[in-house]
Amino acid sequence: MSEFVSQFGPLWGTLAVIGQILAFMIVLLISLAFLLLMDRKVWAAVQMRKGPNVVGAFGLLQSFADFFKFVFKEIVVPAGADRSLYLLAPLITLILAFITWAVVPVAPGWVIADLNVGILYLFAMSSLGVYGIIIGGWASNSKYPFLGALRSAAQMVSYEVSIGFIIVTVLLFAGSMRLSDIVDIQAGGFWNWNLLAFHAFPLPMFLVMVPMAVMFFISALAETNRPPFDLPEAESELVAGYQVEYSSTPYLLFMVGEYLNIVLMCAMTTILFFGGWHAPFPDGFVNDWPYLASHAWHFFWFAAKVVFFFFMFAMVKALVPRYRYDQLMRLGWKIFLPTSLVAVALVGAAVVYGPQG
Amino acid sequence: MSRLQQTIRGALLMDFWSAFGLGMRYFFKKKATLNYPFEKGPLSPRFRGQHALRRYPNGEERCIACKLCEAICPALAITIEAEPRADGSRRTTRYDIDMTKCIYCGYCQEACPVDAIVEGPNFEFAAETREELFYDKAKLLENGDRWEREIARNLELDAPYR
Repeated sequence: MSEFVSQFGPLWGTLAVIGQILAFMIVLLISLAFLLLMDRKVWAAVQMRKGPNVVGAFGLLQSFADFFKFVFKEIVVPAGADRSLYLLAPLITLILAFITWAVVPVAPGWVIADLNVGILYLFAMSSLGVYGIIIGGWASNSKYPFLGALRSAAQMVSYEVSIGFIIVTVLLFAGSMRLSDIVDIQAGGFWNWNLLAFHAFPLPMFLVMVPMAVMFFISALAETNRPPFDLPEAESELVAGYQVEYSSTPYLLFMVGEYLNIVLMCAMTTILFFGGWHAPFPDGFVNDWPYLASHAWHFFWFAAKVVFFFFMFAMVKALVPRYRYDQLMRLGWKIFLPTSLVAVALVGAAVVYGPQG
Repeated sequence: MSRLQQTIRGALLMDFWSAFGLGMRYFFKKKATLNYPFEKGPLSPRFRGQHALRRYPNGEERCIACKLCEAICPALAITIEAEPRADGSRRTTRYDIDMTKCIYCGYCQEACPVDAIVEGPNFEFAAETREELFYDKAKLLENGDRWEREIARNLELDAPYR
């Protein structure tokens, strides 16, 4: 980011940064449209349905049709609602979801802001995401959104704790909070991914990291209010939770923000545990390739892993029944939190007293 | 012991993986979806859909205004008025079916001695207004003319069982 400014001067440098951000957002939104379709198609396929298949070939344009449908509907603001907060809430969700993406590296050097505290920033932003939901639920001035928002707050806060500790285990290996550094230590084949943690040889750290990866994935489900942890919007009791009173574009913003968060969590799983942009085999040979070819190669592996995890998100939604509220809390506080604490201690010990320490 | 097993199963996500396997098997199964407006499911010859008044092959309407259908109709959906025609035959002057009252029981069809009123295979007659669902004699005869081939075939197929 700063290199643009030093390279092109303050005006053109800033414009270059804005252009970069816009390009990233547009690519992200368009891929999100197809990921949304994939979500619905996977869900449909497990239930032996075809899913959306009318708009465009194989329904490829379904998300765009939905977009226009939402945009052209009337924005209904309930009579008792706090108008400004009510309309602010979806914006908060969407903006937070977007700015979190700023630190996600999709290929070597392809990142908007390679912060040296990237993961801290990411964690802070996704924690703020709960505000969009609480404000939306409160400002609707209606009981179901309110209950949904309360549940959501408790749930997201609980699982952030365990996510935090799980991230710490990865940080200890990388010795850096910069996401690019975390990806870099995982180069050279799938055995070096943090999932199997062969870079800590001869310590069998995969015994710690495989459960951590699974727990991170499950916590990500809870963090993004996806089934089986979709209590905030449980359609059988709370209709749609904090979104009950929302219609039209505000609802669309909520949905886009939610799905952006889901894809972000898929990207996080990829970066933290599954080697980020690195291929699952030694791929040093691409360093001799031209710039664009080698980056396309890396981007392909990153995207493939993200899509795989998105597929897993969709499959979980299709397969697993919803948790009861007490089960959700028990899982978060009594199982994930102690386990991840022990894991932090183990990884810390391995880093300090291990062969690399 | 069972508690320990339960814990191990949970920790290894055994239930999830078996569900995942099952889900993937269904994932690649043949889809059950019917592309409705383009594909339609099979209909029995006895299917009771939209009503129609039939004609004889020479174009003479079958209905002789016996009013058996009006009498048997449990929903009182049928209204018939009749008087002798100029050639002396007994014919209806008015034959209305209120399709919003009709319960599609098929009693009118059963009661009819001349197979005049029948319920055809058409089920796609949704309308935008109530008034369009108050069928009169002209509408019913038109239905009969339009669906005669299908109706005749269905009656023929069902004849052995009557």
